[in-house]
Amino acid sequence: MSMLKVENLGITFGGLKAVDNLSLEIEKNELYGLIGPNGAGKTTVFNMLTGVYKPTTGKFYLDGEDLTGHSSIEINRKGIARTFQNIRLFGEMTVADNVMVGLNNQMKYSLLDGILRLPKYFSEEREFSKRADELLAVFDLYNDRDTLASNLPYGKQRKLEIARALATSPKLLLLDEPAAGMNPNETAELMNTIRFVREKFDMTILLIEHDMKLVMGICERVTVLNFGTELAKGETSVALNDPQVVKAYLGDD
Amino acid sequence: MQMLISTIIDGLNLGSVYALVALGYSMVYGIAKMLNFAHGDVIMVGIYTIFVGLNMLSLPAPVTILMCVAVCALLGFTVEKLAYKPLRNSTPLSVLITAIGVSYLLQNVALLIFKSDRKFLQSFISLGKLTIGEFEMPIISLVIWGTTLVIMIALDIFIKKTSMGRAMLAVSEDKGAAQLMGVNVNRTISITFIIGSALAGIAAILYAAKYQNVDPYTGSVFGIKAFAAAVFGGIGSIPGAMIGGLSLGLIEALTIGFLPDSLAAASDGVAYALLILMLILKPSGLLGKKRVEKV
Repeated sequence: MSMLKVENLGITFGGLKAVDNLSLEIEKNELYGLIGPNGAGKTTVFNMLTGVYKPTTGKFYLDGEDLTGHSSIEINRKGIARTFQNIRLFGEMTVADNVMVGLNNQMKYSLLDGILRLPKYFSEEREFSKRADELLAVFDLYNDRDTLASNLPYGKQRKLEIARALATSPKLLLLDEPAAGMNPNETAELMNTIRFVREKFDMTILLIEHDMKLVMGICERVTVLNFGTELAKGETSVALNDPQVVKAYLGDD
Repeated sequence: MQMLISTIIDGLNLGSVYALVALGYSMVYGIAKMLNFAHGDVIMVGIYTIFVGLNMLSLPAPVTILMCVAVCALLGFTVEKLAYKPLRNSTPLSVLITAIGVSYLLQNVALLIFKSDRKFLQSFISLGKLTIGEFEMPIISLVIWGTTLVIMIALDIFIKKTSMGRAMLAVSEDKGAAQLMGVNVNRTISITFIIGSALAGIAAILYAAKYQNVDPYTGSVFGIKAFAAAVFGGIGSIPGAMIGGLSLGLIEALTIGFLPDSLAAASDGVAYALLILMLILKPSGLLGKKRVEKV
C-alpha cells in the first residue's frame, strides 16, 4: 500500500480552479518532488494535505486512511507534518522549545501534573527534553539549543523547521521549498540532510522545490504542476525533459 | 512618616490586586490576541459570589473562597466558549465589541439580581496587625503581597517549563503554525481563559477582604484601571503586569493621600494622565517588546 494516495484532488477559490484533478501515489520511504512554475498551486496542495484548506473535490489517504477534510491537528496527529515556504518558527522561543512544541502532542502529563509538578511531570519532561536534544544533535543544532530561534542564521532556521516537524513523529514529511534563499553550498548540505533524514527516520518525503539541481539530485519521481493541473509525472529525469514541461518553464521558442 | 508608610502600604495593596487583574488581561491578550473587556466584570461576579456565600448562605470563609475562584474560572471558560470562540476567525473589532457586550451583560444581570445599591460584605479574613517598633502593619497586606508574588512566579514557571505553557507561547506567536505542529489551539485558549479568570477570582477575594463592598459596576471601573496598568507595564508581559499594577496602585494612593482634597478626587485622572504620557514616550509599555512590522 502506498504511504500517500491522492485521488482527483481539487480546490476552487470563487471560480478559480487553483488545483484541478491531481492524483499521485507515494510509496513508503520514497522522496517525491512536486514542482512547477510560480503560482502553479504547489503550496495549495500542501495546504490541502495539512487541513489548512478543505478540498472541493477528491480525496487523499495516508497509509490507507482517508484524511480528507480533517482538521490540521487531526492530520498532524495521524502523521503528516510540514515546513513552510516562508519560515514560521516560534521566533521568541528557544531552539529546544521549538522542538518541544513539536513533541507536545506526545506528552501525556496532565495540566495538574504540570501545575503541581508531580513526579510524572519531571519524568516526562526529562524524557522528552532528551528526545529533543537527540533530534537537535542530528541537525547539528545542539549547541544552539538555548538560542532564540529568531537569532539563528537562515540555513539553521530551515533545519530547525525540519527538526520541529519531525518532532511531531510523522509518517509523511512535507517540505515546502526547503532550499529557498540558500546558496549552493547550503543547498548541497541540505540535500545531505534530507537524504539522511529519510534513511535515519525511514521517512517518506514530499517536497516542493524550485532548485532543479536539488530536485534532480534527490527526488526519485516528480509531478509537474502548471496552472493547477498535472503537466507531467514520473521518473525525475524523464518528467523534466518532457517537451511540455520545458515549454512551461522556458516558454515557446 | 507613619502617614507616608501607611499610604505606601495601601498603594501596594491596591497595586497587588491591580497586578493580578492586569495579569489576566495580559495573558488573554498575549495568547488569544484579544482585549477581554469583560475581564473586570468577572471580578464583580467573584465578589458577589463571596457576598452570597458569606452573607446569604453563611458558609465558612475557606469554602466561600474556593467557590469564588471556581465560579470565576467557570465563567471565564463559558464566556470564551459561547461568545469568543465562534468569532475566532473574524476581525479583532467584532471580538472587541462582543467583549464590551459581555461586560454590559454581566453588569446588567448583576443589577437584575442584586439591585443597584452597594452591598456590604461580612468581614471574613481578620488577621490583626503586626507592630514593628512604632510602625503598624496590617497582616492582611502581607497576605495580599505574598499571594500576588507567589502567583506571578508560579505562572512564569508554568509558562516557561510545562508543555501547556509552551503551547501557549507557540499559539501567541503563530496560531496557524502551532496548529500544524499538533498544538490544540482551542484547548490552549480555553485554558488561558480559565487561568486568567481564576486570577480574577483571587483578585476578587483580595479586593473583598480589603474593601468589603460591591456594586454591579465595581468590576468594570477596576478592570479598566487594571487594563491601563497592563498597558503601562507592557501588555503581554508577566513582570510588566506586576510593575504596571504596583505603580498604578502607588500613584493612586499617593495622589489621594498627599494632594490637596480638591485634587484628590481626581486620582483616577492622574492615573490615566500617566498612562497617556507612557504611551507617548514608550508605546509598547515599560517592559513591552518593540515589534518591528516587516513590510
